[in-house]
Amino acid sequence: MKTIRIRYFASVREALGGGETVRTEAGTLADLRDELIARGGAHATALARGKAVRMARDQLMSQEDAELADGAEIAFFPPVTGG
Amino acid sequence: MAADFRPPRVSVQTEDFDLQREIEALHGADARIGAVCSFVGTVRDRNDGSAVASMELEHYPGMTERAIEAMIDQAHARFDILGARVVHRVGLLQPLDRIMMVAVVSAHRGESFKACEFLMDYLKTQAPFWKKEETPEGARWVDARVADDAALARWGIEASNA
Repeated sequence: MKTIRIRYFASVREALGGGETVRTEAGTLADLRDELIARGGAHATALARGKAVRMARDQLMSQEDAELADGAEIAFFPPVTGG
Repeated sequence: MAADFRPPRVSVQTEDFDLQREIEALHGADARIGAVCSFVGTVRDRNDGSAVASMELEHYPGMTERAIEAMIDQAHARFDILGARVVHRVGLLQPLDRIMMVAVVSAHRGESFKACEFLMDYLKTQAPFWKKEETPEGARWVDARVADDAALARWGIEASNA
């Protein structure tokens, strides 16, 4: 089992809160997202497939096929709009 | 000021900034510099057809600074520049308020112009900031623009933000 710190930002944070720590067997970020969607409710809506959700792994922009290591910090958020 | 003094390259802050002071600090007493190029973004009172009363800026502390530091490293690798500085505000802002600034110094203007635009294109799609606007129809998160991804693509970097 891996321990993963999850963080949510912007509209995803409004729907799901600031974050949580989970124990998971998920192998990639996509697997983790699917696990969260499978909870149903607000998670299923905020992280739904087809919705523009971007991800970071250990504070670097990341693709969904990136591997999930024990102790990682994973963030889910909408497309960025700074500048 | 010691010769090896280096002002910070990235600041994320709620307070306003003074462009002139930032440029003076970036320039220092480096007589190799012959060009300073800067960009300042400010809050508009309209966006996507609605009046904007105020704007709230959220960011991902830690990742934001790290992402912008990496962008400045990229700018140094690609262009012949002598320094760069990015200041980005977060929190509640009103129309006319300054949101952020980029300043770049180089020997000749071409490299500064290019690096300044490169940093802006990069920041728009890769730095974790989010804007929420207060409009007469209610609060709404600002949508990312496909045009911003296209702008970064000009530099040979694929963006899939919007």
